Amino acid sequence: MFDFGIVTKWLDDLLNSVMPGWLTTTIECVLVAVGLLVAYSLIAMFYIFYERKVCGWIQCRLGPMRVGKWGLLQVFADVIKILQKELITLWHTDKFLFKLAPYLVLIASMLTFACLPWGRGLQIVDMNIGVFFIVAVSSIGVLGILLAGWASNSKYTLIGAMRSGAQMISYELSCGISILTIVCLAGTMSITGIVEAQADGWFLFKGHLPAILAFIIYMIAANAENNRGPFDLPEAEHELTAGYHTEYSGIHFGFFYLAEYLNLFIVSGIATLLFLGGWMPLHIPGWEGFNNIMDYIPSVVWFLGKAFFITFIFFWIRWSFPRVRIDQMLALEWRYLMPIGLVNLVVMAIIVTQGWYFGA
Amino acid sequence: MEVKIKSMKHEDFKDNEYIDNLVEQLRAGGTNIIVGKLDQLMNWGVSNSLWPLCFGTSCCAIEFMCLGAARYDMARYGFEVARNSPRQADYIMCQGTINYRMAPALKRLYEQMAEPKYVIACGSCTVSGGPFKNSYCVVKGVDEIIPVDVYLPGCPPRPEAFFYALMQLQRKIKVQKYFGGVNRKEKLELKYDGQALKQEAK
Amino acid sequence: MAEIENKITQLCPQAQVDTTGEFPLVTVDDAQWHDLASALKNQLHYDVLSAVVGMDWTDSFGCVYYLTNTSTHELLHVKVATTDRENPRLHSVCDLWPVANFQEREVYDFYGIVFIGHPDMRRMFLRNDWVGYPLRKDYDPASNPLRLEDETNEDYTCRWVEDENGKVKKIDGKVFEDDEYVVNVGPQHPSTHGVMRYRASLDGEIVKKIDVVSGYIHRGIEKMCEDLTYPQMLLYTERMDYMAAHINRHCMCMCVEKALGLEVPRRAELIRLMMDELMRLSSHLLSYGCLTMDQGATTAFFYGFRERELIYDIFDRTCGARMSMSYSTIGGVVADVHEDFVKDVRHACDVIEKALKEYHKLFTGNVIAVNRMTGVGILSKEDAIAYDITGPSGRASGWHCDVRKTNPYSLYNEFDFDEIVYENGDSMDRYMVRMKEMEQCIKILRQACDKLEAEGLQGEYCAPKVPKLMKLPAGHWYQQVEASRGAFGVYIESDGNTKPVRVHFQSPCFNLIGVVDLTCKDNMIADLITITASLDFVIPDIDR
Repeated sequence: MFDFGIVTKWLDDLLNSVMPGWLTTTIECVLVAVGLLVAYSLIAMFYIFYERKVCGWIQCRLGPMRVGKWGLLQVFADVIKILQKELITLWHTDKFLFKLAPYLVLIASMLTFACLPWGRGLQIVDMNIGVFFIVAVSSIGVLGILLAGWASNSKYTLIGAMRSGAQMISYELSCGISILTIVCLAGTMSITGIVEAQADGWFLFKGHLPAILAFIIYMIAANAENNRGPFDLPEAEHELTAGYHTEYSGIHFGFFYLAEYLNLFIVSGIATLLFLGGWMPLHIPGWEGFNNIMDYIPSVVWFLGKAFFITFIFFWIRWSFPRVRIDQMLALEWRYLMPIGLVNLVVMAIIVTQGWYFGA
Repeated sequence: MEVKIKSMKHEDFKDNEYIDNLVEQLRAGGTNIIVGKLDQLMNWGVSNSLWPLCFGTSCCAIEFMCLGAARYDMARYGFEVARNSPRQADYIMCQGTINYRMAPALKRLYEQMAEPKYVIACGSCTVSGGPFKNSYCVVKGVDEIIPVDVYLPGCPPRPEAFFYALMQLQRKIKVQKYFGGVNRKEKLELKYDGQALKQEAK
Repeated sequence: MAEIENKITQLCPQAQVDTTGEFPLVTVDDAQWHDLASALKNQLHYDVLSAVVGMDWTDSFGCVYYLTNTSTHELLHVKVATTDRENPRLHSVCDLWPVANFQEREVYDFYGIVFIGHPDMRRMFLRNDWVGYPLRKDYDPASNPLRLEDETNEDYTCRWVEDENGKVKKIDGKVFEDDEYVVNVGPQHPSTHGVMRYRASLDGEIVKKIDVVSGYIHRGIEKMCEDLTYPQMLLYTERMDYMAAHINRHCMCMCVEKALGLEVPRRAELIRLMMDELMRLSSHLLSYGCLTMDQGATTAFFYGFRERELIYDIFDRTCGARMSMSYSTIGGVVADVHEDFVKDVRHACDVIEKALKEYHKLFTGNVIAVNRMTGVGILSKEDAIAYDITGPSGRASGWHCDVRKTNPYSLYNEFDFDEIVYENGDSMDRYMVRMKEMEQCIKILRQACDKLEAEGLQGEYCAPKVPKLMKLPAGHWYQQVEASRGAFGVYIESDGNTKPVRVHFQSPCFNLIGVVDLTCKDNMIADLITITASLDFVIPDIDR
């Protein structure tokens, strides 16, 4: 399998050979940032298109068809539209906080986005506490949402923000516990480490029952953290018109919209990383020919493919389920998911210490 | 500068002198090519991504729901992202009768929308008061309150008519100018004292 | 009838009972009215107050009360009048029939009649700053031009009370306390199903009190009808509850036909009945769609609409329009059915029957849906009767109130169908009643198809001798039908001219908003949406 580390190392050496070290670092940083931004916006746009098509398919419709072939240019039209839309600032609001909120949400998702393992050697920084970093920065988002709700000076947005605060903080626990379960199995927090550990079998299969349980808990919790149906209470359209971003227009709203889809990609990416082997191809022990063929598929394709598949499951859930009520949502977390998650973590710890998992 | 709407021949569409005249005028003035192209790009974006504000007061709203549903599927045009918050919507499709109690609310909704914003008066009630013209509390056409871009008659209009109205709106947007000169309608002098609208500038 | 007359004269010797009309008409003075009302309710079981119709007889103001006996389903009209045109006052019957709360507010709004003892005497449909009372015969429309300044919130209410000496005093009150967190829902809100507005006082997520503000689509249909001839009026019946357009029109036609003594051909009645049931089916499909969408299950909404298109196709082919079909006319229907009508109906029945199973699979069994709806917004049978909640919502509470069974009209007594009645009266039951009723609609439609085939696919569809100039005999005419949301009634008072003196539409949805506060109290915001969706009202029907 092709290792992108070779390319990056070659570039690094090349730059180092012609210019001083600090300049190299600066140039590399700029390159990485540009690359990230481009990837970020492209993936967000793809996701918006993807959701509209999948949703259309589930609802016996066609989805966007008329702008470009199969509606491929639809999202570009939306972006152009939203870019030139008027930005409304409100009276009697804290203008600084009001404008800061969408950027906070965007920054949170972008920081997390930067940590995903894109392919073999295609990673920005390989921190030894990578997973920890992801969990930490992803929670900045809730701050942005709370700020948005508060700074809009409207009752609806405030209710939306409070709901969102309660929801995201609660579900972060379950999310963290299920991530911890896998860290326990992997024995490392480094993202590369976790991926490498799945070379001989994805954790979902390797860790059998506790891993599958952790996967299910993670999927539910991640869905809730993303504020997506059936947990879309903060922006529950039919209760709060548009929830915390009711008062935002133009590109400020666009940022929330983009971040929502990007977060979807991020949680799918993390699920891929933790449970489905990141960019690791599917290997079945004993089937050498099959494994070799799988190795020919580039690692980036593997990663994106798995992430898109998980996203598809999220879409499927969203468009089939009704929305839960706030008390039911909190009861689900505190009464069921978290206790089960904790027990699951203990079981996983026992399994790891006893070496009962596959490939131990 | 012919206004192109996909799969609709210009001849089929050619029943709106207002837009044709507008195009003629613009052509006479001429524009810088860069600015002109930029305008075209913007207009392409805006016209293909019209997000409606959910605003239905009566029967027309049901037909609008049919428009979103599987058979007519507004999503094909990219119009399906119906926003409930006026800040995020691009056009308000006024579906159903507006009475004296609702009129201030409708006006406020319109004012809450971010520019550029458009209005489609949908159904005979909003065009002229329709069957309720003689009532003591019905507004005789929403154009007394807010400026209207497209009038869509019918009681209620069929979904096909909705599409026709939306495509007319697209046509109108496509001759709009952001950079190369201004062709916005002059601000209408609206009379708010309950009399019928009179555009006194004319 | 004589029996009733005896009983009433025993209860109240001053009351005059007129038994010449279709229903007994009791005329009573305001002074005795409240006592008679409580006797009627407590001793004669007139538990349901169907409608309070305000009247302006130019020399006096008054109300006509429509009472229904829950055990025998007999109707009784009571006429109460006051000659004081400056300060018309009547006694309220709110304490006996809670449904009178909104009904009397409506009368106050239209005629300026103040009800003594009414707890909340505010305007109902018109703006707070409205001048005059529009349904009075001497109302000048120029007194209320279009105003575009925002309406002030009505935070103050008032009531009139009578002390022992008979002196009437006005007492002011507050709608909400100062420290309550009041959230405004509507008029432009996605799940109020139109332009309804609630002001909800919240405690966290819990709703403490709801003040329903109505009238954002009030169009003054009843006033306009006074200037129109009977065939012209039919148009408006379809634009009130547009989801029961055909049924409402059917009702109006029947009322006029009854007054004219016009015989409608059996075949026309059969076609009307089939259209009614198709309409009901389409309405329930829409209500399924809206209920599911309000709870966030968007896909279910699309499924409901997919099948509705089939019914629209039938309407389209038969009447030429998808909605507001204008198909019934006085004396029959406008045109004969399409030649493939029966085939289309059968096809639609088959498809919808199959689709219903799919809906249940998609939504009914869903654990979230069950948790969201079971036990939420309970309406007891007593409350349903007291607030006159008819239709599917009333039947969900266990009240047998289907007009098709209690007072069969049209050809309904020839058909074999069940009245769906549930017990709990929560949102789930209201939803289930509608789902089960659709199956009954299909059952009726299939029987009707057989009948229509047996009686000929083409034939007589309208009475041969419909008078061109329709003059209804002087008197009161009343007809009730089972519309898709409950009992819809048309009340016509005629003085023998081509135009009526007063037309009143008794709309089922109007009573539904009376229970919004009752059912939503101490539930959550999300439940408010579920409950209102399960009550399933159509706003133009409320406001008229």
